[in-house]
This record gives sequence, structure tokens and C-alpha cells, in this order.
Amino acid sequence: MKVSAIITLKKNVLDPQGKVIHQTLDGMGFKDVSEVRQGKYFEIDVKENDPTKAKGVVEDMCKKLLANLVIENYKIIEIQ
Amino acid sequence: MKSSVITFPGSNCDRDMDVALNKFGFKNKMVWHDDNELPKSDLVVLPGGFSYGDYLRCGSMASKSKIMHSVINFAKSGGLVMGICNGFQILVETGLVPGVLLRNKYLEFICKNVFIKLANKENTYFKNLDKDVLEFHIAHNEGNYFCSIDQLKEIEDNNQIAIHYCDDKGQTEEQFNPNGSIRNIAGIFNKEKNVLGMMPHPERMVDQSLSGEDGSIFFKNLINNMK
Repeated sequence: MKVSAIITLKKNVLDPQGKVIHQTLDGMGFKDVSEVRQGKYFEIDVKENDPTKAKGVVEDMCKKLLANLVIENYKIIEIQ
Repeated sequence: MKSSVITFPGSNCDRDMDVALNKFGFKNKMVWHDDNELPKSDLVVLPGGFSYGDYLRCGSMASKSKIMHSVINFAKSGGLVMGICNGFQILVETGLVPGVLLRNKYLEFICKNVFIKLANKENTYFKNLDKDVLEFHIAHNEGNYFCSIDQLKEIEDNNQIAIHYCDDKGQTEEQFNPNGSIRNIAGIFNKEKNVLGMMPHPERMVDQSLSGEDGSIFFKNLINNMK
């Protein structure tokens, strides 16, 4: 099954890249942006046919490697 | 005194560290990341560089290397483990020292000499040093030390801050903070003070033909403290 996960910075963590992207968007004329936060997206093909199990495996990967839980949150967004 | 420097794919300060350690009396061995066991060591150094191309997060891949099981066990049994720059990033990813290292606040790679103030001398690394302020070199893109408020309180309560960025007189105001680190933190200990992670490179300051010799002071003192 293909499991998609996103990793985002926690709210209280400074995101200087997001800030610069925001400033650039502003300079390009996108004036209605109040904040930009940058994150990571993963598509992981797991050799597992049970969606609950596949989700569990990817959650474990997020906790152990893909995310650093001191500064990041993870979310499984799609299983197919 | 026996030391080991771990080389990861992408390490580039490992040989400098080898030269520095040998110069001040350590019998150093270079250890490949894919090895299973550390040779007998009194000190293990995780050197600077760009292990695994800084993929995912700096230090994250290296922290899962084969040799790191042995390094973590060595640290947990009280062995001295020092991580410099990328080595510090690897240490935070293993959880041996608290916090994380984020992208520098102003998104610039910083390469320059800085002054650091020793925050704690009750440890093997810094005890008996005459100086409180040393000049070391930094070269990094992700050295912005960060931790939660609760973690910071715990770190301060346990005297785990090792060094702060400062000026040549030891003043630790925000203006002397090159990368946005909380409390100007340049280096951190674990609770037991046998594991030290720091962004500045002492091994780059061990010869007058480089830009200074405060690294020599550090290494001479370290090996004396270990005897």
C-alpha cells in the first residue's frame, strides 16, 4: 500500500525558510498571505495489504527517523 | 590515551581531527561508520562534515549508522564522546544530548572565527583551563540550537550548557550570537557531562599557521584531564 505522510514544524519553532518564501511571495504581488510554513512530504510504498498495519508501520518510521519530534509533527494523510 | 574518530560518508573534518588528536598525544584510530565495534577508546569523536549529504535532517542518517550502536553504548557507560559541528548534529539526533540544530536564523552559511565562553568547568573537557574565553572556528549552515522551554529549564537546572557564543571579553549578548541559538548556546553536555556536542571546531585552531592556537590549549588540557 502507498502511504503518504507530511512532516511539519511545530508552531513554536522558527521557520526562516518559510519566512523568506512569504517575503518573496509578497514581493511577487501575493499580498493576502499571513504566514508560510515549509514542511516535508513522503510517499512510502509498504509491502503490506492491511491499511491499519501499513499506517502503523509508517507511523513508526515517522517516530524513529522521518520526523524529529522535538521540533516536528507528522501526519499520515493518505493510504491507498 | 586512545581515541577514535568516526568517518561517515561525507565527513570532511575527520582527518583534521586525527592530526589534532595525534599532535597532542592521543593514539588515534579512524573508524568507519559501517564497522560494528569501536576499538578500545578513551575518547570517541564524531567529526564535522556533511554526513549523508545532510539528507532529511543534518545528522539524522549518520545517527542510525551501524557503529553508532557501539558509540551510544560507550557513551551510556560513561565514555567520553565529543561531537563537533556535524558530529553535534549527529549527537542530537541520537538523543545523547538534548535539543536540535535548526537552519541558521539568517539562512547564511557562516564560516568565521568566534569567541566562546565556557559555561561549566566541572567536567573532563574544560576543568583546569586557565581561560574562560576561547577563540574557535565555526563553519555551518545548521547551528541554530533550539529546544523547548521545558527542556531549556532542565538543561539549565542540570548545568548542561557547555559554551556560549560571546565577544572577546566574554560578553554573551544577542549581538554576539552568529546563528540565532537559544541563549547563545554553542555547545551542550548530556546530564553526566561525558558527552559534549559543540558547533565550533577546536581542531581548526591547533597551529599558528592556521588562525590561532586556542584549540591547542583545549586539546592539551583535555588529555591532561584524562590521565
